[in-house]
Amino acid sequence: MNKIHVNTSVNGDNLEFLCDPRETLLDALRDRLNLTGAKEGCGTGDCGACSVTLDDRLVCSCLVLGVEAEGKSIGTVEGIAEGENLHPLQQKFIEHAALQCGICTPGILVATKALLEKNPDPTETEVRYWLAGNLCRCTGYDKIIKAVMDTARDLREAS
Amino acid sequence: MALDNQKNREFKIVGTRPDRPDGLDKVTGRAKFGADAYATGMLHAAILRSPHAHAKIIRISTEKAEKLPGVKAIVTREDFSKKVTGENWNVLENVMAGDTALYDGHAIAAVAATSSLIARDALKLMEVEYEILPHVTDVDKAMGKSAPVIRAGASDKSVPEGLHPNVVRYHESGHGDLSAGFEAADLVIEDTFKTEATHQGYIEPHACLAQLGGDGKGELWCCTQGHFHVQKTCAALLDIETSALRVTASEIGGGFGGKTAIFIEPVALALSRKTNRPVKLVMNRSEVFRATGPTSSTSMDIKIGMKKDGTITAGSGVFRLQGGAFPGAPMEFTAMCAFAPYNLENVKQIGYDVLSNRPKQAAYRAPGSPMAAFAVESIIDELCNRLELDPIEVRLKNASREGTKASFGPKWDRIGLVECLEAAKQHPHYSAPLKKGQGRGVSSGFWFNHGGETAVTLALSEDGTAALSVGTPDIGGSRASMCQMAAEELGISYDKVRTTIADTATLGYNEVSHGSRVTYASGLATIKAARDAVKKLCARAAKKWNIDEEAVIWEDGFAKPSGPNAGDFEPIPLAKLTKSMGRTGGPIVGHFEATPEGAGVSFATHIVDAEVDQETGRAHVVRYTVVQDAGKAIHPSYVEGQYQGGAAQGIGWALNEEYIYGEDGRLQNTGFLDYRIPVASDLPMIDTVIIEVANPGHPYGVRGVGETSICPPLAAIANAVSNAAGVRLKELPMSPVRILEAIKNKT
Repeated sequence: MNKIHVNTSVNGDNLEFLCDPRETLLDALRDRLNLTGAKEGCGTGDCGACSVTLDDRLVCSCLVLGVEAEGKSIGTVEGIAEGENLHPLQQKFIEHAALQCGICTPGILVATKALLEKNPDPTETEVRYWLAGNLCRCTGYDKIIKAVMDTARDLREAS
Repeated sequence: MALDNQKNREFKIVGTRPDRPDGLDKVTGRAKFGADAYATGMLHAAILRSPHAHAKIIRISTEKAEKLPGVKAIVTREDFSKKVTGENWNVLENVMAGDTALYDGHAIAAVAATSSLIARDALKLMEVEYEILPHVTDVDKAMGKSAPVIRAGASDKSVPEGLHPNVVRYHESGHGDLSAGFEAADLVIEDTFKTEATHQGYIEPHACLAQLGGDGKGELWCCTQGHFHVQKTCAALLDIETSALRVTASEIGGGFGGKTAIFIEPVALALSRKTNRPVKLVMNRSEVFRATGPTSSTSMDIKIGMKKDGTITAGSGVFRLQGGAFPGAPMEFTAMCAFAPYNLENVKQIGYDVLSNRPKQAAYRAPGSPMAAFAVESIIDELCNRLELDPIEVRLKNASREGTKASFGPKWDRIGLVECLEAAKQHPHYSAPLKKGQGRGVSSGFWFNHGGETAVTLALSEDGTAALSVGTPDIGGSRASMCQMAAEELGISYDKVRTTIADTATLGYNEVSHGSRVTYASGLATIKAARDAVKKLCARAAKKWNIDEEAVIWEDGFAKPSGPNAGDFEPIPLAKLTKSMGRTGGPIVGHFEATPEGAGVSFATHIVDAEVDQETGRAHVVRYTVVQDAGKAIHPSYVEGQYQGGAAQGIGWALNEEYIYGEDGRLQNTGFLDYRIPVASDLPMIDTVIIEVANPGHPYGVRGVGETSICPPLAAIANAVSNAAGVRLKELPMSPVRILEAIKNKT
């Protein structure tokens, strides 16, 4: 089987990899580029644990083929913090105990960061609907919503 | 080990809310879960599964698959131990079918190849000849005369004569005189309730990385709630020695009971042994639904009598649970939990464990209890409605309390049910006005909690920090509470303790993280290990001061002379004692190994407001309050998290989630799109009230909190929905179709 050569950018780094045309972007990130932050919870785009941004658009990386990353710019959970400084969202998630097992956390952080970049002042309902594609089985979402609302407030006050 | 006799002890760290020690790893994507491990030379495995609910396996042809380039090995049942017996035999039979496929999704064979795509391609080249057998997936039908026999001779001695061979275990408990009790009632209600099977729904599918050599020595990395259990079971199934297999628990992406069971690890080990290469095996979501978990489905008959003043005069329940094609449906828990919140003179419960052609049920958060509460608490609610009584007052009037006799036999120790009910009654939610179309429901719930085999080690470092090793995988933030308890005892700050989930080569046997036991049992062991270390620290100080060891006390992280020597010497801080420990007697390590048996039981009361759309039949929860006894909350944020998580899972169980089987016995909803767990936009904020009635069996009074939170929701939501719809809902989930049907049949 012929593998395809893909040039892409992940979290600002120019990277290349070889992948089978059937492989998903999620597989490519995890198995080819050693970025295991994005998780496979379902493989069918229902759980959001594999959320990444593709040219600033929020996608389920399990529904994108690896070859589609050609020439694109990808953002993953590994790129959210700046060096040793956590993003305010990451800090608030820890502070609010907004994670229990943590498997959904990478996807939820990527999705929430995308939300706040689009809408810095979301209502609780807007946050809940934006995150409706990111399943969490541990928390009942309560502390996640609080962490997001609190981060949004802080970021607004800081800007 | 009893509650410390230190009245008014002021905790410095316990009860606060520090950041969890694994927080950074988990918000940056660095935490390593089951599927995040890779090894050089690694192969990828995949499992072939039965498409039939019940079929004899005539022949498995693997020749074509073996010829596919990249395929390295195929295993079938032949590759596992022939010597296993008892429950290990059941586990093996479930891990890899013998001569019969017992449910849709049952593993038939497995392949290891150089890539996961090749492994999946190889599955398509395997040919299995089946002889299809009649099947049954419904619990009531499985007990019926014409039901196919799933496994002849599987029943144990408890089963009375004359029952279908699919009934494999029987339970009976209770006391008093039922007929006299019902005679004394002003109103008796009797009804039948049903609940469908649900899945634990952890977001992380099962995953492992195995390496086993022909010398019988191996390494295994896997997501599990109990790696010592995995070690022991895999060793038996592969016929190797337990200690020769070192198992490391990965970070675990949710378990809820479902990862106390073993599915893929022995398969990966068998493939690794055959190829002498590391083998990675990861389930996909459809496999998780078809072949792991789920709960039992139930069918229950309940009868309760009540006087006009709210006194319950008698209660009886018959609980039929199917647990898939293997014995083990938790019907005795269902039976024992059913009437636990009530102090009844006359009570009886009967349970049936029934085989069906479904996957082997696995524990799910207080296994068996939520369904019992749904049935019993629905009837209590109906009695309150018809007798025009306040549902919390009635629950208070009949509440179990210290010294009363439990419905299943023993006398209650100190319990916190009354405190929960009182707090619920006082909560603003309970008196808030309802809008049109809304209904309110309350329910109590009960879970036993568990102790279990536990071993921990606490090693002090020369710089005055502590490395705590525990053997119970952290499924909800327990490393934070372990650090808190160790720091509290040692008198050092929270961030000076690091807690690690140690592998099986490092500690003695630890039972799985189940039964809400971790903060109780590993917590108790941590406190004891820290006290053991403190005793050794005091001995070093005594040696230095040349006084009796007993004359040294430990206070706020310092060794101090006491009694006749009080004030004679300058107190020595922990870090100074550890700095010189190499010269004063060697490393200082505290440890503790035991099977603590004082896990305090736990009760909860939930209040729910639900809204029902009379036109579409859609119900949704608009307000939710959890009141639960935690004994002592070590880290209140993670206690609240358990309360909220249990409530949310209960909402899913009550309203959406169900296993749907076709006429062909195949599971029809094997993905999160059709098996819909609650999403963020389905739920309201979930309010929590932590009650603290100290458990007499733990030094700080801790009771497990993880499971009780899912006991009341099914009932509380059903009561709210029934009150909103104006008709009693008796079947879960309360999907729009079932609610519309009930509304239609109201008259």
